[in-house]
Amino acid sequence: MWRYVARRVLQAVPVFLGTTFLIYAMVFALPGDPIQALAGEKPLAPSVVHALRERYNLNDPLLVQYAKYLGGLFRGDLGETFDGQNVSDVLAGRWAVTAQLALTAWLFELVIGIALGVWAGLRRGRLADTLVLGGTTLVIAVPVFVLGYTAQIVLGLNLGLFPTAGTDDGWPMSYVLPGLVLGSLGLSYVARLTRTSLAENLRADYVRTARAKGLTKARVVGRHTLRNSLIPVVTYLGVDFGSLMGGAIVTEGIFNLPGIGQQVFQSIQLKEGPVVVGAVTLLVLIFLLVNLLVDLLYGLLDPRIRYD
Amino acid sequence: MTEDKATEAARTDEKTAGDMTAGDTAAALLEVTDLSVEFAVRGQTVRAVNNLSYTLGEAETVAILGESGSGKSVAAQAVMGILDSPPARITGGSVRLRGEELLGLPERRRRAYRGARISMIFQDALTALNPVFTVGDQLSEMFQVHRGMKRREARARAVELMERVRIPAARTRLDDYPHQFSGGQRQRIMIAMALALEPDVLIADEPTTALDVTVQAQIMRLLADLRDELRMGMVLITHDLGVVAGVADRIVVMYAGSAVEQAPARELYARPAHPYTAGLLASVPRLDRKGAPLVPIKGAPPNPAALPPGCPFHPRCPRARAVCAAERPPLAPVGGPGHSAACHFAEEVHGAGAR
Amino acid sequence: MTDRIEDPAAPEAGAAGAAEAPDAGAVVPGTTAAAAAQAGGLVSGASLWQDAWHDLRRRWLFWASAAILLVVGLMAAAPGLFTDRGKNENCDPNASKLPPGGDHLFGTDVSGCDYFAHVVHGARPTLLIGVAVTVFALAIAVVFGMLAGYYGGVLDAVIARVTDVFFGLPFVLGATVILVAFPGHGIGAMTLVLVLLGWTTMIRIMRAQVIAVRDADYVQAARLLGASDLRIMRRHILPNAIAPVIVVATLNVGNVIAGEATLDFLGVGLQYPQVSWGLQLNQAQSYFVDHPHLLIFPAVFLSATVLSFLMLGDAVRDALDPRLR
Repeated sequence: MWRYVARRVLQAVPVFLGTTFLIYAMVFALPGDPIQALAGEKPLAPSVVHALRERYNLNDPLLVQYAKYLGGLFRGDLGETFDGQNVSDVLAGRWAVTAQLALTAWLFELVIGIALGVWAGLRRGRLADTLVLGGTTLVIAVPVFVLGYTAQIVLGLNLGLFPTAGTDDGWPMSYVLPGLVLGSLGLSYVARLTRTSLAENLRADYVRTARAKGLTKARVVGRHTLRNSLIPVVTYLGVDFGSLMGGAIVTEGIFNLPGIGQQVFQSIQLKEGPVVVGAVTLLVLIFLLVNLLVDLLYGLLDPRIRYD
Repeated sequence: MTEDKATEAARTDEKTAGDMTAGDTAAALLEVTDLSVEFAVRGQTVRAVNNLSYTLGEAETVAILGESGSGKSVAAQAVMGILDSPPARITGGSVRLRGEELLGLPERRRRAYRGARISMIFQDALTALNPVFTVGDQLSEMFQVHRGMKRREARARAVELMERVRIPAARTRLDDYPHQFSGGQRQRIMIAMALALEPDVLIADEPTTALDVTVQAQIMRLLADLRDELRMGMVLITHDLGVVAGVADRIVVMYAGSAVEQAPARELYARPAHPYTAGLLASVPRLDRKGAPLVPIKGAPPNPAALPPGCPFHPRCPRARAVCAAERPPLAPVGGPGHSAACHFAEEVHGAGAR
Repeated sequence: MTDRIEDPAAPEAGAAGAAEAPDAGAVVPGTTAAAAAQAGGLVSGASLWQDAWHDLRRRWLFWASAAILLVVGLMAAAPGLFTDRGKNENCDPNASKLPPGGDHLFGTDVSGCDYFAHVVHGARPTLLIGVAVTVFALAIAVVFGMLAGYYGGVLDAVIARVTDVFFGLPFVLGATVILVAFPGHGIGAMTLVLVLLGWTTMIRIMRAQVIAVRDADYVQAARLLGASDLRIMRRHILPNAIAPVIVVATLNVGNVIAGEATLDFLGVGLQYPQVSWGLQLNQAQSYFVDHPHLLIFPAVFLSATVLSFLMLGDAVRDALDPRLR
């Protein structure tokens, strides 16, 4: 078990380095001189430019810059923006918004997705099944921003059920609509995955055994089938939590939520490299951590998995 | 010896009224009459079982012999009441347990019998046991659900069960998962689960097919011992003549959904009256007929969705004549008591004896 | 000599084996499957793809999505069939945001261009990017997934880690960074970016499939008979491993199109004077409350196209997997 964890962490190291380096290199390659961009139209004295370039290690080769950045990262230092703010401070306020949004979306996926999937899976080939399959396919096909605007207009403006923008009403009210929109895609996948998995497991031999034991249908499904069926769903839900954190840009934009996605998007346009790299680094860390947790959880759910 | 065990079994609390009549063989334990099952597959109707009948007495074993697709497993699941409907549908017949009709009973009553009075074991215990629960959980579930026992008590009984089917170190293995056992041990656990409530009837569907030959013999021995000990009736479903030989009292041979021959075991081996049975016997090596050539049955089992007209076996039958393609022979008595066969030339075949 | 021995084991035999494998698996669980297996006996002997085609032909969803894709494909290939206006032609800024009807079937857009012509011309880049990205990603996935799965070991580990690196990149953020760094934002650049971020799912499936068939008896047999690695991979493993990857690729076209539209929508994808559904939605976002047709028409076309690819993929998967029939 612990050897497995150790091996997984070891495997995660090159992935972490590779991903952050990739982002770092791409941000490094962003066109234009950030120092000049910072100064705007004003000409800067060469000595000032030189000092600033030294301060942000811009004169070093890419690999050296990256190495210095990593060094800072291990000390918990995400670096500074070009106008002297601490990147950690810039991101700190934003994380809470994105985390709440992602969590709301994830809860929708978990609760509604699994419920729909079970409903459809138990009625395979019947109306409920067709409805869930058709509905989820539609949701997957419609781009998230179209869904977002539709939800905003219909549920927010016309029906007035939920606030349509900003975070003034706090959690959960402000996050219901954006969470639903952000989670809609994952919710659909969870529902379909649950449905297929449940339908497949209902044909398994051990389900026949459970019936031969004289158990009630509720027990056959609830105890004997559901747990087996949810194993792939748990994997999906875990991996998706990472994507939700990183994929919230569009939703945050539509609902005007000041989250990490908005911040990074602006920073990319402003060529604020350190913010972009810092945010993506943290996202990748979360992603890797969640994946590891999911793998371990997988072993708890399925005793056939052995960690060696 | 057997009588001792019978009285012993009668004393245990689960067995009550049923066993008081242990000596009385007049009311059959299980009586299946004219059972018919259909499947609706892609708009087609497939007759999986046609008018199957057999009776089973206490401590008796009836073997149902047939190739895959002959309807033998479907018939067993119909008796258990665990067929998926749709697509399956029981279109006729009756299943009586100690005289009580089971078909048409409300599901609640049926469920109470299932596992408690009729239970079933399946071919591949690796897939038939739930992979994510410990064997202890799966065994004690029987006591918890049917007998309302508390967990601790049920687990104690589970250990007893495992000991009864001779799993070594039963107590320590209670919390192991099915995949941690060997194939033979898994099948023993399957048997333990089926026998937990000491049922009247055990249906064993290919109980040894997935096992090594040496383990097969041990499992069959165990089943036979437990059958005698608990005085239960056993329906043994198999395609393997070798498995049947030692334990079966009577044999029903199924072909394409119908019983084609039924006879006491010895009689069937000695003097089969249906060419299919004769063909089966000729196609397996036998110690008592050393040197005799092995003759395979030519052709393949028919597609159940498109059975040939007349006798379903006629395209493969060495004795087929014109009448065989035109007329379906009924199951009719032939030879000694309890022997019947569905062949236009049953007397001829019977007269010829086993080849 | 070698040729004569190897050829009988070639694709048909292998594919038929794969077609039967799921059937054989289905015999075990329950009676439903037993019945299905019995019915499966009717068509046994035909190859996996023939079976699938036989099944597909009877699905209306397959025909519906094929019909939609045919129309959209025609729009992309020959927009002249649908409208006689060129891209961004005959626009009248005085007649902007007209509602549908009259001279303009779908109304006009912000710059007063005919919206129907606009939507028709939007099909080409959308479809082109969707298909091109999938084809390139599929090629990468098939080649490297095959190598990783077949040889295993260090090669597998390296490919797996590289896959992990790209898999871990958040899609929108990653694409935005690359695109902002990129000089041009044409179809080529978009394709490159989407391939870069989109090849990881298929390679994982391909690798798993290859591992699943790598040790099959017919592969062992071919190896014992002295077939080269390349030949084994091409003639024995590929035909038996490719089906699920093709399914995912079909679904992937839809996902790529949706992803491309998202980037257009965010303003980092295709730029004017390019015409695409995503760009139209980008322009619509400020006006859609009062002029919903600006949102509705491109959204409907975009969704219908994505939906068709998804349904097509679903239909093919169901047809290929007898267990789910």
